Amino acid sequence: MDIYRPASWSEALEVKRGAPESVPLAGGTDLMVDLNFGRARPQALLDLTRLAELAGWDRDNGRVRIGAGVTFTTLIAELAPELPGLAIASRTVGSPQIRNRATLGGNLGTASPAGDALPPLLAAGAEVEVASAARSRRIPLEDFFIAPKVTALEGGELIAAIVVPVADGPQQYSKIGTRNAMVIATVSFALALHPGRRRVGTGIGSAAPRPLRATEAEDFIGGVLAEHDLWSSGAPIPEPASARFGELVAAAAQPIDDVRGTVAYRRHALAVLARRTLAWAWSDYRSAA
Amino acid sequence: MSLEVNGVEHSAEVEPRQLLVYFLRENLALTGTNVGCDTTSCGACTVLMDGRSVKSCTVLTVQADGAEVQTIEGLADDGKMHPLQDAFHTEHGLQCGYCTPGMIMAALGLIQEGGDLTEKDIRLGLEGNLCRCTGYHNIVKAIQSAADEMRSPASA
Amino acid sequence: MSRASTAPVAPPVAPPKEGVPVQGGVGTSALRPDGVPKVKGEFAYSSDMWDEHMLWGATVRSPHPHACIVSIDITDALKHPGVHAVLTHEDVAGRKTFGLERPDQPVLASERVRYRGEPIALVAAAHPETARRAAEAVHIDYEVLQPVTDPEVALDAATVALHPSGNVVRHIHIAHGEPDPEADVVAEATYEVGMQDQAFLGPESGLAVPDGSGGVDLYVSTQWLHVDREQLAASLALAPEEVRITLAGVGGAFGAREDLSIQIHSCMLALTTNRPVKMMYSREESFYGHVHRHPARLNYIHGATTSGELVFVKARLVFDGGAYASSSTAVCANAATLCCGPYEVPNALIDCYAVYTNNPPCGAMRGFGAVQACFAYESQMDLLAAKLAMDPVELRLRNAASTGTVTPTGQKIEGPAPVAELLTRVRDAPLPPPGSPGTPDIRELPGGVSNATHGEAVRRGIGHAAGYKNICYSEGFDDYATARVRLSAPAGEPVVEVHTAAAEVGQGVATIQLQIARTELGVEAAVLRPADTSIGSSGSSSASRQTWMTGGAVKTACEAVRERVLSTAAEVLGAEPGELYLSNGLVMSLELGAVYSLAELLGDTVVEATREYRHAPTSPLDANGQGNAHAGFAFAAHRAVVDVDVELGLVKVVDIATAQDVGMALNPQAVEGQIEGGIAQGIGLALMEEVQVIDGVIRNPSFTDYLIPTSLDMPPVHADVLELGDPGSPYGVKGVGEPPVISSTPAVVAAVRAATGRALRRIPMRPDDVAGLTDRSPAGEAPREPR
Repeated sequence: MDIYRPASWSEALEVKRGAPESVPLAGGTDLMVDLNFGRARPQALLDLTRLAELAGWDRDNGRVRIGAGVTFTTLIAELAPELPGLAIASRTVGSPQIRNRATLGGNLGTASPAGDALPPLLAAGAEVEVASAARSRRIPLEDFFIAPKVTALEGGELIAAIVVPVADGPQQYSKIGTRNAMVIATVSFALALHPGRRRVGTGIGSAAPRPLRATEAEDFIGGVLAEHDLWSSGAPIPEPASARFGELVAAAAQPIDDVRGTVAYRRHALAVLARRTLAWAWSDYRSAA
Repeated sequence: MSLEVNGVEHSAEVEPRQLLVYFLRENLALTGTNVGCDTTSCGACTVLMDGRSVKSCTVLTVQADGAEVQTIEGLADDGKMHPLQDAFHTEHGLQCGYCTPGMIMAALGLIQEGGDLTEKDIRLGLEGNLCRCTGYHNIVKAIQSAADEMRSPASA
Repeated sequence: MSRASTAPVAPPVAPPKEGVPVQGGVGTSALRPDGVPKVKGEFAYSSDMWDEHMLWGATVRSPHPHACIVSIDITDALKHPGVHAVLTHEDVAGRKTFGLERPDQPVLASERVRYRGEPIALVAAAHPETARRAAEAVHIDYEVLQPVTDPEVALDAATVALHPSGNVVRHIHIAHGEPDPEADVVAEATYEVGMQDQAFLGPESGLAVPDGSGGVDLYVSTQWLHVDREQLAASLALAPEEVRITLAGVGGAFGAREDLSIQIHSCMLALTTNRPVKMMYSREESFYGHVHRHPARLNYIHGATTSGELVFVKARLVFDGGAYASSSTAVCANAATLCCGPYEVPNALIDCYAVYTNNPPCGAMRGFGAVQACFAYESQMDLLAAKLAMDPVELRLRNAASTGTVTPTGQKIEGPAPVAELLTRVRDAPLPPPGSPGTPDIRELPGGVSNATHGEAVRRGIGHAAGYKNICYSEGFDDYATARVRLSAPAGEPVVEVHTAAAEVGQGVATIQLQIARTELGVEAAVLRPADTSIGSSGSSSASRQTWMTGGAVKTACEAVRERVLSTAAEVLGAEPGELYLSNGLVMSLELGAVYSLAELLGDTVVEATREYRHAPTSPLDANGQGNAHAGFAFAAHRAVVDVDVELGLVKVVDIATAQDVGMALNPQAVEGQIEGGIAQGIGLALMEEVQVIDGVIRNPSFTDYLIPTSLDMPPVHADVLELGDPGSPYGVKGVGEPPVISSTPAVVAAVRAATGRALRRIPMRPDDVAGLTDRSPAGEAPREPR
C-alpha cells in the first residue's frame, strides 16, 4: 500500500487525478477501522490531514463554508451559534478522542447512513463542494448519497467543503442508542425550522440505505404552519399535526433489522423523535419570537 | 518522517500502513499504550497528539509526521509520578490496569482543555474510555483529586 | 462505602497475638503492589511479551458453524515468503483434544467443525500481517451441514448428535421434599437470558519460547496456570515439567480465560519452528476465541400460601453450552443447586440441562449459573408478590434464608446467611432525589448525550433483588491452593517472600497475599514472586475463591514459618514459644515486650514453608440432586432506581444500593472496587450486553456493537458491606467478586418493570421490549417432562 501526503490542496487534486483509486484519508476514524479489520485493503491512501486549505471555515453571505478537514471538536467549539443542529449532532459523535480527529468531510465521504453530521446538514439544506484538478462543483447534499458508502463523487474528485446556510431558526438533533454515550445511532433525526422561508427541514439517519429527507413530512408540517399562520402567531402546533408529522417521518424511512435495532422500533422511534424535536424547536421559536 | 515522542525526537522509515500505536509499541518499545478493540471504541490506546487526546489505533504513523506525541511513559517527571498516576494508584482507580494508561491520557487531555470538571463533566469526558473492572467510580474520584491538585495554586 | 460489623457467628482464627498492627496488613486498604507499574505503563501484559527472534502466529478458523472438513490444503500458505510453519490436526503430537472438564474440543479440527470460528490450522510467520495473509491462503473444503442452534431442538432425540455422547452435556435432577405439594397461589413464567461476553479489555495473547531441548516456556494471561499445563502437556506429548508457564500481565478475565485460547497453538508453533512465537487475537477474533456466558431458557412455577410462604418451586432450566463442554457441567450444577434463590423452599422439583449446539462454546463468566437463575427466580418472586398483592420485599423477607436453612439439595447453610438483613438495608437506604425539574441535564436522562428526551415520557421505577452464590469449587472436587513463604533478613531487615501460582487478573489477590504475610509475620516488607508453575497449583481465579483459598494457603504457610521462628527464639531465650509473638519486625514476649529483633534472630538463615490449603470437603449430588455440594455461600442484595423513557424504551440507571456480606473485608478499598465493577457488569447484562448469534454466527463481534457500560451508564453505588465472618474460612472471609453481578441484574429489570408495567422476561432488555413494541418474553408453558 502506498500513501500520498500532498502538502497543498492543488497537489492533492493532482495526485487524485493521477491515482483515482487512492482512498482519501482524513481523521481516519472510519477508514482505519476497516483497515484494521481487513475489510478495506486499498492500494493507496491519500492523506489530507496536512492541508491547511481544508482545516478552516468562513462565513459569507448567510452561508458557512466549512472545510472538509474541520474536526467535530472545532465544529462544537466554533459553530454552535451558526449551525446549532450540526453542533448538537457533533457532540454525539464517538468520544472526545474521535471528535478530535474525525472530520466533517470524512463523515460525508464515508457516507454511512449512521453518520451523525448528515441528518442536520440535510435539514439545513447543505451543499457539498467537490473538486477535481479540472473543475469544482456543488452538489445538493441530498443528491450526494447514492447508497451505503457510495457517493456522487466522480473519479478524480475530492470533497473540498460543505456549504450550509446559517440557521435562521431553531434546530435540533436527536438520536437513539442503547447506551447513554459513545454509541452508533440506531436511528437519528434532525430538524431545522426555516422561518424565513416558511419551511421545516428534516434529516433521517440510520433508517435507510442513505441519509434521507422526509420531504412529505416537511411539506405537511410546512402546510400546517402556513395554514394556521403559526409562524406569525407563534401558537402551539396542534397535537394531531405533530403526531401526523411523526408518522410521515416514520413512513419516509426504509429501515432494516440489524444488530442495532428492528424495523418496527426504528419507525416507532423516528416518529417519537420527530414529534419531540419539532416540539423543542417550536418552543424555542416561540420563546424567541 | 520524524516526530517527537515524550519530548524525544525520532526519525524513522515506517511502513505506510503502520498504525501509530504499533510504532509506539514496536519501534519505540513504549508498550504502556495498549490495544483493546481495533475499532476506536475502548480508548486503551489513547495518547495525546499535539496536546489533544486521540486513539492511536486509528492514526497512521505517517500522519503523526511533525507532531508531538505524549504517552503514559512520558508523564512521570524525572521519576516522580504525575498527580494523575498517583491518584489512580492511591484511589484504587484500576484493577487489571489495561485501560489505565489510556484512561490517564484521556483525563490529562480533559484537564488540559481547562473546562469545568464536575463529576458529570469527568464522566462525559471519559465516554470514550471503557473500563471493565472498576465500574468507573474510583477512576472519577482519582481524576477529581488529581485535577484539584494540578489546578491548585500551590502546584502552579 | 460503609461497613457494618456484627458479631461473627464464629470467631475468625485469632490473629498473631496483640501488638501494633503492621502497616499494610489485613483489614487495611493496602495499595496494590502492581499499582505503580500499571499507572506508569510499565506493567508487562501478555500482549507486551517480546523476543527479538520471535515469529507471529495466526489461526485459521471455520467460517461455518457446522460442517465436515473434506480437505485442508496448506501448499499455498506455505509458499508465502516469511512463513515458517503451517500446522493442522496432523501436527498435534499428543492428545488431539482438550477441555476443562472433559477433553471434547479438538486442538485443531480434523473431520468436523462444530462452531463458527473453530480453529483448523495455524501459521507462524515473521510478520503478523504475513501470518494473517498466509492463513487466508489455507484452502479448506467443507461439506456444510445444517447447524443445530436451538438447545430445545438439540435435546430432541431425533436431532443429529453433535458429539458421540449425544447432545446432553449434563442433566441434573433435584427432587426435594414432597413430590406434589399444594399451594394457594401459583406463579408461572418462562425467562430467557442472552449470551453475555466477559469483554475483558486485553485480548488473548502470549509468547511461547522453546527451550531447545524439546520443552517450552509459555508467558500467557490465564486464570489457572496448572490446569493449562495439564492440557498443554497432554496435547504436546510432553511431561508436565517440560511445559513451564509464567503468568504474564492479565488484562481482565471474568471467566473468559479459564479455557485455553492461544496456549497449545503458540507452543505447537514454537516447538515446530524452534523460535519464540507470539500470538495475539484481535477483538473480533477474541469474540470467537473464548467462551461466553451461557444463554438460558428458564421455566419456573412457584407455589405459595395466601400469606406468602413459599410452598414449592418447580423449574426446568436449559443452558446452551454451544459446541464444546468447557465448564458447562459446573454451570449446570450451580444453576440447578442455586435455582430457588436464597429462600426457604421446602419442596423443589428441578431439571437443569446443559446441552451441545453449534453455537459458540459457553463456559465461565463471573457468577456462572447463578446469574441466569437469579434473574429468573427474582423475577418470579416479583410475579408471585403481584399475585399475592404483597410488597415484593416483604414476600422475600417472609421467606428469607438464614443460618440453618436447608437448601433444595438438602445442604444446611452453616455460615451466616443474612438475607433478610441485606434486603432490609437496601430497602431502607436513602432514595435519590426525584429527577430535577426545570432545564434538564440530558446527561441525567435516558439516552444521555444522544438528546432523545428532555423529560418527556420519563418514569421512575424501583426494583429489589437478592441472590446467592456458592464460593469455591463444589461437588467433591479436590479444591486446594499452594503457597511457599520465605522469611529472611538479607540486608539486615526482615523480608517475607510469597510464592503462589494464583492468577492476579485485576481482582487484587496479589495485594491480599502480601497483606496476609505482613499480618501473620509482623513484617512490613513483603514481596510476591511471579506466579508460575514451579510451585504447586493455586486453583483458578474464579468462583470467588482466591482470597479464601490462596489466602488460606499463604496464611497456613506463614503460620508454619512463624512457628519455626518462635521456637528458635524460644530456644535462644529459654522461653516457651506460646509466650512469644511477632510484631513489626520484633520478637515480642507477652510479659517482657520486645525481646529480639527478628532480623538479628534470623541472621543468615532463611525460614521457608510450603503449604497446601483445602476447604472443608464437599460431596457430589446423588440421583435426586441431594448432597452437601458447596463449601460456602455468599449473599448480596440490590436496589435499583431507574428512569425510563417509556416511549422510546431507553433506560438510565439512577442509583444502586447494595448490601453484601463479605465475611471480612481484608482490603475494604478492593472490596468496594469488586462491588462497583460487578454491578457495572450486572447493569450491562440487564440493558445492553448480548452476543447476538443467528444461525450460529456472531453478528456483533466488536466493541462497536457489543456494548458495555460507559462512565455515563454507571450510577452512584451505595454499598453496605457486612462482615459477619464465615466459620469455615481464613479470617472468616467470603468471596466478594461474584455476588455483585448476580442480583444487580434482576434489580434493574424489576425497576424497569415498575416504571413500564411490562413483563420483560428476557435479558438484555432491548429498547423495543421496554417500549412495548415487541414482547420477546418467551411463552410461559409448564415445565415439560425431560425427554
